[in-house]
Formats: sequence, C-alpha cells, structure tokens
Amino acid sequence: MERIFFYLFASIIIVFALASVMSHKILRAVIYLLFSLLGIAALYFMMDYTFLGAIQMAVYAGGIIILFIFSVLLVHHVEGELEQPTMMRRLLMGSASLLGFGVVISIILNHNFVTVNASAKSTEVSEIGKGLLSYESGGFILPFEVISILLLAAMIGAIIISKGRKNV
Amino acid sequence: MRLPLFLTTIHDWLYSMMPEIWAKIVEMVLIAVGYLAFFAVAGLFLVLLERWIAAWIQLRRGPNRVGPGGVFQTIADALKLVSKELTGTIKADMFLYNLAPYFPIVSALIVLSVLAFSSTIQAYDVNIGIFFIISVSSIGVIGILLGGWASNNKYSLIGAMRSGVQVVSYELSVGLSLLTMVLLTGSLQLSQIIEVQRTGGWLILQGHIPAIIAFMIYMIAGTAETNRTPFDLVEAESELGAGYHTEYSGMKFAYYFLAEFINMFLVAAIAVTIFFGGWLSPFGITDHIIWLQPVWFLAKVGGIILLMMWFRWTFPRLRIDQILTLEWKYLLPINLVNIVIMAIIILLGWTL
Repeated sequence: MERIFFYLFASIIIVFALASVMSHKILRAVIYLLFSLLGIAALYFMMDYTFLGAIQMAVYAGGIIILFIFSVLLVHHVEGELEQPTMMRRLLMGSASLLGFGVVISIILNHNFVTVNASAKSTEVSEIGKGLLSYESGGFILPFEVISILLLAAMIGAIIISKGRKNV
Repeated sequence: MRLPLFLTTIHDWLYSMMPEIWAKIVEMVLIAVGYLAFFAVAGLFLVLLERWIAAWIQLRRGPNRVGPGGVFQTIADALKLVSKELTGTIKADMFLYNLAPYFPIVSALIVLSVLAFSSTIQAYDVNIGIFFIISVSSIGVIGILLGGWASNNKYSLIGAMRSGVQVVSYELSVGLSLLTMVLLTGSLQLSQIIEVQRTGGWLILQGHIPAIIAFMIYMIAGTAETNRTPFDLVEAESELGAGYHTEYSGMKFAYYFLAEFINMFLVAAIAVTIFFGGWLSPFGITDHIIWLQPVWFLAKVGGIILLMMWFRWTFPRLRIDQILTLEWKYLLPINLVNIVIMAIIILLGWTL
C-alpha cells in the first residue's frame, strides 16, 4: 500500500510541477506549486518525518505561497495572462532543463545508496531542539546562529526599506 | 490507534471478513465518513446555537418555526442551499473560483482528525500535535485569498486582503500563546498534554498568572483567526457587501460558512485541550467512567464557544488599523514577555 501511495504522491508532485511551469495564468501557477509542495509534505508524513512535513506545510504552503498570493493579488488582474515566450526561447530553456534533469538522474542512478536496516522511528521534537543547540559533534549551533543573524539582517533591512529614506 | 470497545468489535469483524489491506482501506473510509458526519452535524448545530444565543442576548425569539423550538431550522437552511442554483460570474477565473471553497473546509477537517475527543477516540495522535494543527490551519486562509481574487470583484478582493493580513498576523499570537503552555507540558502530542494535566491539574491552574495571560491572548487571537466579530471586517456588510464570498452561492457559499463555524469549534477545542484538561473531568470526579470523557470534552468546548458567541454581541467591530495595532504593538510583545516569565516560573519551580 505504501508503494501505491508513494507513486500517487510522486505523480502529483510531477504533474503539478509541470502544470506550474506551463500555466499561462500566474495565480494558477502559484496554486499548482502549492499542490506540488503539499505532495512533498505528504511524502515526509509517509516516511514518519512528521516534524519536517509540518515545517514544509507551515513554511512553504502557509508562508511562502501566501506571500506569493499577496504579491499577485496586488499586481495582477484576474484576466491578465502571462506573455508567451518565443519558440526559440522555449527550445533553449527546454533543452537546458532536460540537460539538468539528465545530470541529476544519472547521479541518482549511479550513486551507491547505503541500505539502512534500523527500524523506522519518529523523531521527537525535544531531540530536534537539543540537536539545534548542541555544540558537540553532530550539533547544529553554528548554522542555527548564522541563520538567526541572516533573519535579523533581513528584518532590519525590511524595516529600513519600508520606513523610507527621510528618517535615516 | 486506540479504540473504544464497540469500535474494537467492528475492527475485529472487518479484519476477519476480508484481507488485511482491504480491511485497512474500509476502516479508513469508515472513520473518514464518521468524522465528516460529525463535522456536518456540529457545523449545523453551531449555526443554530449562534442564532439562539443571538436572539437570547437581543431579547427576541430567534428560530422557533421549524420543528420543536426551531431545532430543524438549520437543516432546512442546508437543504435550501443544496438545492440552490450555483450562480457565478462569467469573468471570474473559473478554476480557482471553484477550487477556493475547498481549502478552508479541507484544512479544518484535517485538524479535526488530531483532536482527542476522549482517551480512546483520536484518529491521528501525531507526536507534533499542536505544531501540526498550526501548520495545517495556516492553509485555510489560501481559500479566502483565492476566493476573493478569483471572483473578479473589488469588494471581494478588499475583503480577501483584509482577511489575509488579519489571519497571517494573528497566527503568530495563537502559536506563541500555545508555545507558552507547551513549556509546561514538555510535549506537543495532544494525548501527552492531557496526560500531564491528569496528575498536575489543568494547565491554566498549573501555570497560574502567565497561563491566564496566555489564555486571554489565545482567545483574542483565536476569535480574530476565525474572522468573527469584533474582528469580522473581512465581511463588514456596511462596507464590502459580504466580503470575500460575495460572488458565491449555494453549496460553495455553504462551504465557507460551515468552515467558519468548524474553525470556531476547533479554536474552542484546542483551548480546552491546552488550558482546561481536554476530556478530563474537574478534580477527576468521573475519570473512571470512560464514556463520560467525550461528554466532558464537548461540554467544555460548548462553554468556550458560548464565550465566543458572547463576544460577538458585546464588542463593536474594530477598524483595520486598530486590529493590526492590537496584534503587533500589544499582543505580540506581551506574548513574548509572557513566554520568558513562564520559563522563569518553571525554572524556579513556582508552578502549582
């Protein structure tokens, strides 16, 4: 049954990703992208990575997609359609993405994956929290702090930009 | 999954009847249908309750024609909505316009599956319970934004934008006030949270002052997230027609409407689980009677819902700038300080 569901979710991801790229209307493209992201979240849930799945939903589906929708809402009219690229461009982009796809697929097929026999166990949130703050080997304190500095910089930047220049 | 006795019998019977994989699928379908039925009945009943309470507070009679005391009023309304013609605008983006009503209702249904109605009735006891609830319910607002935009109507669009701003802002407060209480439980799993309260008393008592502050913030933010009065300027009739669902009719309108009431139920149910001990009885008086657990749970949820309906007829509607000021300048800072206070209290062992 797991296999059936895997192929179901995988086909959802691929079909909606393609639809998202090929759609002529921008908000439809955003919604197709949402379904594609939700499909990935479903795969995480199927593997019992519930925390990662929930993060996927909260950050991508609940955060980024809503920001996309907001910006589309402010800029585009409901009847607006995207400009169609020329045939030359389509061929160029199509072959470039095919090349990228080929590289990725060949790496995946040639990579020697190690089979893990450990029984599947769901990760506790407390373990994740301790992992994020530990500075021993396998701890993630450095990336965690770097990301927090990045976020702080982004927040200060947003405040300065939205305040305008006259108050600086 | 743990099941009460009569459901265990059905479970065993199903597995003896057919191969395991089919029994599993049939069981899933049965549970889903059960939840859907509960969803529909609870939604209809809440609409009726809302009208009764509105009438009671305004000293009028309310629905009293259909059935004894008007109990079949909302069922009649629902039948009318089902049989209604689905009208829509030609110039709308039909695909998104038809898709939008499903987002709020599906996300509300998924959240419903995590709730612990009793120690045995819980469809999906995921170990990140509260976080799962927050992340899934953040998808519902997409339906409102899409519906408003795809209707190709300026008033709908304004309503949708207001709703988006409001829900995205108040989600923060909901999350942080729940996080304050998670400090006390040390677990996000709903069954664990209730288990903590069985021995130590309800969390609102255990955490005393910061817990009460967190509860107040949660109720304010929860009311705002369900777009109810005093935060209902999403559909402020005097300014926007009916807001984001102006162009919707029949069942599609009913989906939005039902989702709103189910969200109210969910907000109340989460409040009960986190602050008031879920299905536990007060002082453990009837804890050994298992079939009373859902009754206690629903009774407490009813109490919180009553409170939310009471808000509706007590407070006037806020302006959009007042709503945003309330969230970003008052609730959020209070909430952050509150988390620190809660952490200090737990560190010093001052919990009750």
